[in-house]
Amino acid sequence: LAVTGMALAEPVDDKLIIEGEEIKTIAEPSAHLDGALPELVSGWHYRDTETRAMQMDDFDNPGMIFVDRGLDIWNAADGTEDKSCASCHEGPESMAGLRAVTPRVDAKTGDVMNIEGYINDCRTTRMGAEAWNLKGDPMTDVLALISLQSRGELMNVAIDGPAAPVYEMGKEIYYTRYGQLELSCANCHEDNNGNHIRSDHLSQGHTNGFPVYRLKQAALLTAQHRFVGCVRDTRAETFGLGSDELNALELYVASRGNGLAVEGVSVRH
Amino acid sequence: MKRQIIFGMVAAAFCAGAAMAETGPANVEYTDGAITQSLSGTPGNPEEGKVVFSTASLGNCVACHAAEITKDLPFPGDVGPALDGAADRWTEAELRGLVSNAKMTFEGTVMPAFYKSSGYIRPGNNYTGKAGTEPLAPILNAQQVEDVVAFLLTFKE
Ligand code: HEC
Ligand code: HEC
Ligand code: HEC
Repeated sequence: LAVTGMALAEPVDDKLIIEGEEIKTIAEPSAHLDGALPELVSGWHYRDTETRAMQMDDFDNPGMIFVDRGLDIWNAADGTEDKSCASCHEGPESMAGLRAVTPRVDAKTGDVMNIEGYINDCRTTRMGAEAWNLKGDPMTDVLALISLQSRGELMNVAIDGPAAPVYEMGKEIYYTRYGQLELSCANCHEDNNGNHIRSDHLSQGHTNGFPVYRLKQAALLTAQHRFVGCVRDTRAETFGLGSDELNALELYVASRGNGLAVEGVSVRH
Repeated sequence: MKRQIIFGMVAAAFCAGAAMAETGPANVEYTDGAITQSLSGTPGNPEEGKVVFSTASLGNCVACHAAEITKDLPFPGDVGPALDGAADRWTEAELRGLVSNAKMTFEGTVMPAFYKSSGYIRPGNNYTGKAGTEPLAPILNAQQVEDVVAFLLTFKE
């Protein structure tokens, strides 16, 4: 592993193999990063041995329980139309590949969409059901189910064409030093990845592992939920889930990880 | 005996006067990053300073800095340099400036300014994630800055 930095600071040299399939957790950075990261390294490498091991075995991965719950929800009719996701999309495998290319600017509407956005659009405009809370259980369960369908596929979020202004907006946010601590995402995840803030081993802050099962919270976390936590920790006013700002930031951060594989449901502490 | 008492009273009155002349975050004068005047007018207490250094809701310096003298604090961070010998490298005035606003010494540093109340982007109300209104209370009050400076002055090699 050619990661630079102090001996203590290195992410662990290891391979993520799930059900015999190797998941790409180290990759060449895309040209658009302009050398900001010498190498892309998934957050998995920064976690301790037990946490890494949990993710290597689907029976030990607590996030997989939520995938099962997500499948029940997928098949359950809801709303005034009395339809389930399965009524229109058949099995969840119809969603294969989607996780690797989102967030994206939707070709038909021009809106910035992540998977949560698509799901709530289907619920409100096609099922006659209420939008789910963006960090509630039904949303994260179905998100886990959909994400798993792309496990192993390489992140490939578009940053050109209609996505270009969104990318620029996300990038601007990424480098802004918010809050009373005046810290940007880049201060922690670009300048200091590999270092420790107290006992926290700072990773490069990629989103390829999301949704993440977070041991500390014993729950699944969306990427935007994580961002909100990181911004709050700078003693700043956070952004709302699903806001233009967080949608742009999610697209930008995802694109920084282009080339890393979708982990499905990852485990972090 | 009588003269001593009078002298003591005068000294006490002088201290009280100085304590009232606390310098607010907006009025601090930096000279090459350093602050010559005590912010509170009351000498710092190094033991209280250690509490500021180690407490997450106060200075939380240990989140970024290790030092031999603080090795009883578990899991120090390494985002900032180890502080061994800080008192040999810096004067009291320079340390006061570093703690109050390290950006006056190290341009663009990630070290937060602990005695500053405005000029933030999306300032929050502490760690609630809600909006805060400037001027914010500085992260450390004047006496806490003096205390942590007094503690740093014990970092000698
Ligand atoms: C009544 C039909 C219907 C129902 C019910 C429905 N969807 Fe959809 N869904 C659609 C249509 C139509 C699209 C848009 C496809 C397109 O634009 O190409 C879509 C798009 C999506 C997308 C974006 C996929 C892509 O490749 O563009 C996701 C994710 C999605 N739906 C998830 C769900 C989930 C989860 C549920 C259940 C909670 C659900 N949908 C229920 C019809 C439905
Ligand atoms: C004060 C430091 C700090 C700042 C500023 C910060 N983060 Fe984090 N972030 C952390 C820590 C600590 C973790 C948990 C350990 C890790 O994975 O890095 C984390 C985790 C993450 C993760 C999860 C990575 C994984 O693999 O599970 C993402 C994504 C992330 N941060 C994105 C961001 C974004 C985007 C911003 C800016 C809006 C940001 N962070 C700002 C400290 C910070
Ligand atoms: C988020 C990280 C962070 C926190 C929190 C932090 N510092 Fe720092 N500190 C730094 C960095 C980084 C430097 C090095 C300056 C530079 O080059 O940017 C530094 C430099 C210093 C120095 C000068 C270094 C030397 O030894 O020559 C002192 C003294 C210092 N810090 C004290 C403190 C004290 C006291 C606190 C708490 C009240 C604190 N720091 C909190 C990151 C931090």
